[in-house]
Amino acid sequence: MTLRDRAAVVGVGATPYYRRGASYPRTPLEMACTATLDALEDAGLTLSDLDGFSLYAHGGGLDPATLAYTLGVPDVRFATMLTSGGGGSAGALGLAAAAIDAGLATTVVTVMSIQQRQRRLGRSFDPHARAGAPPAGAPAPVPAPVTPGAALRANSGLLAPGHLFSLVARRHMHLYGTTREQFAEVCMSTRDNAVRRPDTALQTTPLTLDDYFAVRMVSDPLCLYDYTLESDGAVAVVTVAADRARDLRRPPVYISASTHGGDGRWSYGTQAPDHEYASAGGRTVARHLYEMAGIAPSDVDVALLYDHFSPMVILQLEDFGFCPVGEGGPFVGDGNIRWKTGTIPVNTHGGHLSEAYIIGMTHVREAVEQLRGTAVNQVDGAEVALVTGGPEALPVSAAVLHR
Amino acid sequence: MSTATQPAPGEPRPGVVPVSARPSEVDATWKPFWKAAREDRLVMQRCAACGAFRFPPSPFCPACRSQDAEWAELPGTGSVYTFTVVRHPLHPGLVAVCPYVTALVDLDGTQGAGARMLGNLVGCDPDDVAVGTRVRVVFDHVTDETPVARFAPV
Repeated sequence: MTLRDRAAVVGVGATPYYRRGASYPRTPLEMACTATLDALEDAGLTLSDLDGFSLYAHGGGLDPATLAYTLGVPDVRFATMLTSGGGGSAGALGLAAAAIDAGLATTVVTVMSIQQRQRRLGRSFDPHARAGAPPAGAPAPVPAPVTPGAALRANSGLLAPGHLFSLVARRHMHLYGTTREQFAEVCMSTRDNAVRRPDTALQTTPLTLDDYFAVRMVSDPLCLYDYTLESDGAVAVVTVAADRARDLRRPPVYISASTHGGDGRWSYGTQAPDHEYASAGGRTVARHLYEMAGIAPSDVDVALLYDHFSPMVILQLEDFGFCPVGEGGPFVGDGNIRWKTGTIPVNTHGGHLSEAYIIGMTHVREAVEQLRGTAVNQVDGAEVALVTGGPEALPVSAAVLHR
Repeated sequence: MSTATQPAPGEPRPGVVPVSARPSEVDATWKPFWKAAREDRLVMQRCAACGAFRFPPSPFCPACRSQDAEWAELPGTGSVYTFTVVRHPLHPGLVAVCPYVTALVDLDGTQGAGARMLGNLVGCDPDDVAVGTRVRVVFDHVTDETPVARFAPV
């Protein structure tokens, strides 16, 4: 007995995507509610149907109570949030499906809203950024004490998630000979997909290898293009029971599987065993995922992999079994992730690297569009999509969706 | 301790990450670490039952679940396991600091298992750093209570 095909995603809603801070004077709350209402409308449902919330990544600062109050949801029956950060996006779909299957709710929204005007996620390890900018002329506030581990990390100079993942990327290069040209191929392939999506993508200028090697290095070996965009916006999806989904407005996108977790010893920080340190921490999640879905990696038609940093696409291709561990670099270099010509098209929407960063929800949206057959960069005959949540602290997560 | 790694207050120095974080003193698990650091010694928590090292210090051994721990004196040397050279300043206060090196170091005396430590690697040309570069820990006594561990080439 598993969750396989017990529930389906039936509605998607989104605001436009904005560059960091540019969504102001909209608020994260307003954007989340707008995306939620749009997702219900897309499904042919109304607010009176909505009775559950399955969030992740601290709800982007929002919680079910605030959303339910703002929208006037009359009967909240289920409210949950997957722990940790962007690792939870695909896993939140599984919690929604589980709640529906258990009879705890009928119509569950998963929504992420982000606005980086006051606070940049790219400085999230920096105690001063957490303390906030002082008023004009005032001295900078002294940041509150943090855990000893967080203090050690910040004082070592790791002030941004990208700094941390530079360490992982470097170790992968050392162990397996992975190259910056291979990171570049992830960036160029993803940009190529974004170029064809000017309606949503924030980066629509083609990217060449020369461009890649000319741009500034941020945290060697990661250059600017290896980093996610910093953006604002909201995306919501609505999940209902599979039998009910068939009567709604849109073709159902079934949740074949959704798993979250990981090996507790992975400890994205620093201490994982050598063979796991240079990974995306998704190997146990992948094993359970394929088992639940009853498929193999070769059955996946399109992979939407959480690309906060380009090397993590390569490491996830390994973790999720598209190539052996250590061979992700050459696998990418050989053109395997390209739309139309590759063996496994990756991030056909342009990903976090070139479309927008809404903490994983754009990947869920793209999976739905691919399986509805309405994607801009449509994979011909796509039936099965893999979506992953971002490698950082546990849990990481993943979902298999099919039409 | 090594004055070479101590920037004067308000004077950013190339390659030396300014101390931005104060560790909470509520977590008593770290007390032996801080005590040794004040004396320029590096100690690491080790499971008294199975001998596994663990860092950061914690109340249980993740290998055997024992709560019995001892503190082992380490030589303070090690090898760079991986590193980054931060070349783009995240905020204006780092303009004069970049490029700086942050290294994750495999500490000698820990059998290479579960005892890597992060630190700012100072006193070197960032272009000379490689995986395997030999380093030693240097405590920067920015406060009386909780010195900051950095690394310098051996």
